[in-house]
Amino acid sequence: MTIGLGHYLTVAAILFTLGVFGIFLNRKNVIIIMMSIELILLAVNLNLVAFSAFLGDLVGQVFALVVLTVAAAEAAIGLAILVVYFRNRGSIAVEDIHLMKG
Amino acid sequence: MYQAIVFLPLLGAILAALISFFTARARHPGGSPSAHADTHAHPPPAAHAAEAHGAEAHDAEAHGADALGATPAPQRAGLDTQFAQLITTGLLFFSMILSWIAFVQVGFGRDEHVQLATWVVSGDLKFAWALRVDTLTAVMLVVVTTISAIVHLYSIGYMAEDPHQPRFFSYLSLFTFAMLMLVTADNLLQLFFGWEGVGLMSYLLIGFWFHKPEANAAAIKAFIVNRVGDFGFSLGIFAVFMMTGAVDFDTVFAQAPGLTGKTIDMLGWHADALTMICLLLFMGAMGKSAQFLLHTWLPDAMEGPTPVSALIHAATMVTAGVFMVARLSPLFELAPSAQTFVTTIGATTALFAASVGLVQNDIKRIVAYSTCSQLGYMFVAMGVGAYSVGMFHLFTHAFFKALLFLGSGSVITAMHHEQDIRMMGGLKDRIPLTYWAMVIGTLALTGFPLTAGYYSKDAIIEAAYVGANPMAIYGFLCTVAAAALTAFYSWRLIFKTFHGAPHDQHHYEAAHESPAVMLLPLAALAAGSLVAGYPKELFTGRGVGEFFRQSLKFAEGNHVLENMEQVPHFVSFLPTIMMVIGFAVAWQFYIRDPKLPVELARQQEPLYRFLLNKWYFDEIYDFLFVRPAFRLGRLLWKGGDGWLIDGFGPDGVSARVLDVTRNVIRLQTGYLYHYAFAMLIGVAALITYFMFAGGMH
Repeated sequence: MTIGLGHYLTVAAILFTLGVFGIFLNRKNVIIIMMSIELILLAVNLNLVAFSAFLGDLVGQVFALVVLTVAAAEAAIGLAILVVYFRNRGSIAVEDIHLMKG
Repeated sequence: MYQAIVFLPLLGAILAALISFFTARARHPGGSPSAHADTHAHPPPAAHAAEAHGAEAHDAEAHGADALGATPAPQRAGLDTQFAQLITTGLLFFSMILSWIAFVQVGFGRDEHVQLATWVVSGDLKFAWALRVDTLTAVMLVVVTTISAIVHLYSIGYMAEDPHQPRFFSYLSLFTFAMLMLVTADNLLQLFFGWEGVGLMSYLLIGFWFHKPEANAAAIKAFIVNRVGDFGFSLGIFAVFMMTGAVDFDTVFAQAPGLTGKTIDMLGWHADALTMICLLLFMGAMGKSAQFLLHTWLPDAMEGPTPVSALIHAATMVTAGVFMVARLSPLFELAPSAQTFVTTIGATTALFAASVGLVQNDIKRIVAYSTCSQLGYMFVAMGVGAYSVGMFHLFTHAFFKALLFLGSGSVITAMHHEQDIRMMGGLKDRIPLTYWAMVIGTLALTGFPLTAGYYSKDAIIEAAYVGANPMAIYGFLCTVAAAALTAFYSWRLIFKTFHGAPHDQHHYEAAHESPAVMLLPLAALAAGSLVAGYPKELFTGRGVGEFFRQSLKFAEGNHVLENMEQVPHFVSFLPTIMMVIGFAVAWQFYIRDPKLPVELARQQEPLYRFLLNKWYFDEIYDFLFVRPAFRLGRLLWKGGDGWLIDGFGPDGVSARVLDVTRNVIRLQTGYLYHYAFAMLIGVAALITYFMFAGGMH
């Protein structure tokens, strides 16, 4: 069985779905939300690379690299915020974070 | 001179009002009543002596005054009060003297017309403030100023214990001014000005003791019932202006003959213009003169101080309706149907009020129903076209009815504010002067030969007998029957009050004759009641044409006055016979066999209750008008204001906004995953839209 574009896309879609559900089914930890975001970004990257290879267009791979860079920066800032948040409030449980409640 | 007659009372009223205003300011500067808290322990001594019912009224008075922070009723009036009394009474007496001079000048000379100022000039509508002094006005001037001056004098004694005398005298004088404005009116609008002025003063004076709830209720009732009449009156004025284009009497009267046969078209109904106008105007007269159907306010008006009842609700204001019909005789003479209606209403009132008067127990109410009944007599005369005869009765009635009222006031003072005649009895030895005054008044009212009432009342009955309109005979029968009833209730009042055994020993012992300042007016009025009938020739005989000249109009076919000369003898004697019958029955009932009326009342229970409750008019009106009005008010309050406007209006909108935001707030949970979910759903929805709808282009 040859591995075709469909398989890549399927894996990417599964990863994406996992990421999405990870965000709003998760009731425990903000870190898990961040991991889910990473998963979504990776799923997108996978798509970009797969299309790039399939269509023979390098732009997709360049874009994947950009996404990786942004994801790294985002993870760094996000974790930093988390640490500060934990220091201030003593918890990073999702249930406890509802300061924006109207 | 004529300006002086009219405006002197106004001057007095303004001065007394200023005194009232400044003394009120002086009594509680800054409007704070606390400074007088320590004076509350001293109600007027009279309250100590008074008992039961009387004490309540009096105490209420004292409390009311205290509650306002006024000083408790001073026994000797203060300088300010004395000044107010002196100035209003003095000016009124001056005005009275001038009125008598005017009466002689105008009655036996020529009419006067005094232009005061331009009032309205607006397109076709032009009229001025002017005094029209003809004989009709002169007669009214004399009646109004004389009675008013006498009542002012009497009030000095009667109101001696009241703390608000300057206000009282100011009202009295202002009333007199309004009434003089009414009788000297040169156009319908000025008449209306005076008309409303006296209505207002009547309201203020009935409610003078504003701390008594009944007095306030009576004042409001009087005002509202009068509004019903005034509504018709103003429509009448509008109709006159519509048909003639003018409101001043000369123009209107000159054009009146041209209106015969014309119609007013309204809602597809072609009403005869003159009949319509006269009926509408008469509606005003019915309200002001307390005629049948609009009479309910007059007995209640007795809640006011007694001098007020004498001046306003007996002698002057209530006769304004009669005066108005006389003044507008050129219109009424051209509208026979309206005249028939006037007779019918007058006759019904005469009989109805007299029948109610038979069983009343409040001394002032008996006299009030008597007034109502006598006003009915006057309208019977007006209705059959004998205007001068009606004016004659107005003239004589003013004297003896004011006398009866002031006499009642004297009795009430003697009995310490007891008004129920069942509680009186045997007073003739205690207050002989008041007794004789009341007897003279009663003789005149019942038409005892050679007294004032004898001439005027007989003249009305004769006029009704020879009257040409279809209801004249009804008027005749009613007035004759009412004559017997009048004699009965008048003598019943005298017998129960002054004869027999005292019913309340304590009151009897404490009864005292009134001071001279109250007896003097009684004497003056008693003299008037005896001699007021002598100018008979001027009012009913051949002198009418010469005396009244153009002020009263008799149509071509109106021969009432001539025919009155040739009535059969039995008609002339009938009122006297009726009076004797009434007197005899009253004598039998209340002197010879006092148990008889009690038994009769028990045997004829339904009839007795029917009369005692004034034909249930108050109850019927309560059911027909008052309750529906309350229901409507409640509906508009609860439904219109509470439910509709507060529910959907400003309050409703703000409440709905709050509801919406409360729900919107619930969307803001603060949980990250809810926002994320919302975003996802949003993205999914957008993508779905772009996929299936093919984008936004």
